[in-house]
Amino acid sequence: MAKDEFKEFKLVGTRPDRPDGLDKVTGRARYGADISAPGMLWAAVLRSPHAHARIVKIDTSKAEALSGVKAVITRADFPTGLTGEDWNLQENTMAGERALYDGHAVAAVAATSKLRAEEAVRLIEVEYEVLPHVIDVDDAIKPDAPVIREGAADATVPEGMPPNVVRYMEFGRGDVEAGFAEADLVMEKTYKTEATHQGYIEPHACMGQLGADGKGEMWVCTQGQWFIRKMCTAVLGLETAQLRVTPSEIGGGFGGKTTIFMEPLSLALSKKAGGKPVKLVMSRSEVLRATGPTASASMDVKIGMKKDGTITGARAEFRMQGGAFPGSPVDMALYCAFAPYKLKNVEHVGYDVLANRPKCAAYRAPGSPMGAFAVESLLDEMCRELDVDPLDMRLKNAVREGDTASYGPKYGSIGLVETLEATKAHPNLSIPLGPNQGRGIAAGYWFNHNGETSVSMAISEDGTAQVSVGTPDIGGSRASIALMTAETLGIPYEDVRVNVVETGALGVNEPTHGSRATFASGKAAVIAAGHAITEMCKRAANEWGIDPEAVEWVDGAAQPAGDNAGKFPPMSIAEIAGKMGSTGGPISGHHESVPEGVGASFGCHVVDVEVDPETGRTTILRYLVVQDAGRAIHPAYVEGQYQGGAAQGIGWALNEAYIYGDDGRLQNTVFLDYRVPVASDLPMIDTVIVEVPNPGHPYGVRGVGETGITPPLPAIANAIQEATGARLCELPMSPPKVLAAIKAKGG
Amino acid sequence: MVAINLWSSLTRFTDGARVVEVEAETVGGALDGLVAAHPGLAPIIEAGVSVVVDGEIAPNRHAQLPEGAEVVLMQRLKGG
Repeated sequence: MAKDEFKEFKLVGTRPDRPDGLDKVTGRARYGADISAPGMLWAAVLRSPHAHARIVKIDTSKAEALSGVKAVITRADFPTGLTGEDWNLQENTMAGERALYDGHAVAAVAATSKLRAEEAVRLIEVEYEVLPHVIDVDDAIKPDAPVIREGAADATVPEGMPPNVVRYMEFGRGDVEAGFAEADLVMEKTYKTEATHQGYIEPHACMGQLGADGKGEMWVCTQGQWFIRKMCTAVLGLETAQLRVTPSEIGGGFGGKTTIFMEPLSLALSKKAGGKPVKLVMSRSEVLRATGPTASASMDVKIGMKKDGTITGARAEFRMQGGAFPGSPVDMALYCAFAPYKLKNVEHVGYDVLANRPKCAAYRAPGSPMGAFAVESLLDEMCRELDVDPLDMRLKNAVREGDTASYGPKYGSIGLVETLEATKAHPNLSIPLGPNQGRGIAAGYWFNHNGETSVSMAISEDGTAQVSVGTPDIGGSRASIALMTAETLGIPYEDVRVNVVETGALGVNEPTHGSRATFASGKAAVIAAGHAITEMCKRAANEWGIDPEAVEWVDGAAQPAGDNAGKFPPMSIAEIAGKMGSTGGPISGHHESVPEGVGASFGCHVVDVEVDPETGRTTILRYLVVQDAGRAIHPAYVEGQYQGGAAQGIGWALNEAYIYGDDGRLQNTVFLDYRVPVASDLPMIDTVIVEVPNPGHPYGVRGVGETGITPPLPAIANAIQEATGARLCELPMSPPKVLAAIKAKGG
Repeated sequence: MVAINLWSSLTRFTDGARVVEVEAETVGGALDGLVAAHPGLAPIIEAGVSVVVDGEIAPNRHAQLPEGAEVVLMQRLKGG
C-alpha cells in the first residue's frame, strides 16, 4: 500500500522484537513507583472535599506532632509572585485562597511510612467556606454563573463576555451564508461530549529530593523530563539547571503526563524534611479527581450540502471547559473539525471556559475527537438524508496536496484520498449486516508536532551504537529509532541501543507529545548517525591515505567510492571503531533542532455494531482502522497505535464519562465505576497501514499516535443510527441513553 | 513585504484587517513588525503562536520568508 519513490530498505518496515519486551514481561522494568532510596520518606496529600470553597484556616499542628512526620506543607511554603501559566501550575499543585475543584490539593505530609503520612493527613484541620460551583460548560458560560476566577481572561476575550470565558477565537474564510444558500440541504445540530480521562495504567509517581542549597533530583514517570524540570523549578522558584530529572519507564501517558500535578510537592516536602528523598504515588482515585482529563464540550455545527454530496458551507461554534484554569483544547478542536474537507466557505468560533473541575491535560489528539464527533455525525446524517454514500461524499470533498486547509494554510503532501480509497476497497465493507446491526464510517485528522529536539549517538568500541534521546518511549519509539539508526549505519537492529536519558545528558527536549517522538527524535538520530558516518569515512580515508571525499559508506563499512579512489577492501564499522582511540578519539554524532517537515496524518474508521433493543447495549462486532503512516518503521507498533487509539475512542463513545453529583464532587473515582473498555469488550481491531511518505523525514515518517482516537466517536454514533434509527448527539452512548433514544423514536 | 494572515477575532486589534503586510525577511521579523504595527497583538504573540509558512510550521524566529510566501498565524499547536 505504498506510494513512494523511496528505495528498498533492509530494516525499516520489519518487525523485530521490542527492546523493552523482556524487562516488561519479567517485571524488571522500573516504573515511577519502583524507585526508592535510602532514608526515603513517603508523602500523602490532603485534598479538598468541595468543588469550590474558600480556605478560611488550615491547622497542621496535630499532624506535625505525630511521630514519624518529618514535614507538612501548605501553599504558604511556596514562593509568591508567579504569573501566567506558572501561577496556574502552582495554584493547581496546591490550592491558595480557594479550593477550585473536588480533589484540589490543600496540604501535604512527608512521614517515615505511607500509612503514617496518610494518618497525618487525616489530622490536618481545614475550615472551608463552601462557595457556589459550576460543572457543566453550558452552565459555566452563562453570565450569572459562579465566577471561578476574576481577571483570568486573556487579551483575546472582548469586553462584555461572560466572566468564565478566558479565551475566544474566530477564524474562517469565504461567506458561509452564501454557502448555505447554495446548498440543497442545510442541517444544524448541537452535540455534547463529557470529559474523559487518559486512563493510563500507571498512576502518577515520583521521588523528589531537594537540599537547602537548591540542588535537587527527581525520578518520575513522565512524557517529558524537561517539562517536569521547567515547571517544577518555576513553581518552586529554583534555578532550572539545579534540578536533574530522570524519567522512569512509563505505564501510559496519552498526553496526561506532559505536565505536573504533584511533583513539586515531593520536592517542597524534601526540602522541609532536611533534604531526604520523598516518594509520592497517587491512588487511582487521586488520578481521576486531581489529574487532567480532557475537556468536556458543547458544540453547534451547521453544514450545507448539495444533492451530489458537495459541501457548500460549514460553521462550528465550540464551547469547552478545561477545568478551573485556561487551556481547554478548543482551538485544536476547531482546527481539526473540518480539516479533511476542501471548503470555500467555513467559519469557526471557540470559547475556552472555566468550571470547577480539575485542570485539563492533553489527551491524544487534544480536541480533535470532540470536533470530529460533531462534524462527522452531522455529515453522516446529511448523507443518509440525501442518499449519498458516506465514503463517496468524503472522497468528493477530500483535501489534497496544495489545497487550503479549513484552518488556513495549504497542505503539503497528505494521504487522505489514499486512505479513503483503501477504506473503500476493504472487505469489511461488503460483509452483510443482520437485524439490529449497523455500520458507521468517519474520518479524522491530527496535525502532528515538531518541538525542541536534541539527540546524541555514539559508536562503541565494537562497532555497536547507542543513541541517547530525550523523548520517553510511550509507543515504540525506541524500536523505531533503533531501526532507523541501524538502517542508516548499515548494522543489525540488535546492535543499536536507544536510551531515554535524564535532563543533564542532552539539550532541552519537548516531551513525547504531538505524535512527534519517532518523527523528531528519529530524524535527529538519522542526522546524528550521518555525522558519525562522515567521521568514520574520514578515519578510513586517513588509514588509506586518500581524500575523505573519495570514501563512501555502504552496508556498514567505508569503501573507496569507485576505482579512481584507490583499491582498498571495505573497512567495517567494527574495524574503524576498534581503532578509534588511536585514530582520533571517540566517534559520535549529535543533532539538535526544531525539525521541519512535520507530516499530518488522516485516518478513516469503519465500525459494525449490534444494539440490543431491550437493553440499549452496543456490542462492537468488527472494527477497521485505515490511516496514513507516511512510512511504518516498525509496522507492529504502528498497528498497535491504531488499535490503541480505536480502543480509547470506543471507551469514550460508549461508556467513559466524569459523573458529578449535585455537590460538584466526582462520583466515579475508581475503574469499577469509570469504565474503560477491557479486552472482552473489543473484537480484534483490523488495521490497514497506508503509506504516503512524508517528504520532510528521511524515511518518510508521519506521526501516527493520535489520529486513531478521532474517528471512533462519530463512527460508532453513525453505526448506532443505522442499527436503531436513533441519532445520539451526546456522549457517552451508554445503554440507558441508547435505550431512551430508541424509545423516543418509537422503537 | 510579506502578508500575514490572521485569525479573524484578532481583527479587533488591527483596525479590522484580516491580512497585515509588514516588511520582514524572517518569521521573527514578521512577528515584530506585526506587533509594531498593531501593539494590541503583543500579549497574544508573547503567549505563543505558531507561524505557518507555505504550509509548514516555521521551526524558529530565524526561518526565512521566501518571496511571496503564504504566512498564516495560528494558535500554538501542541499535542498529546
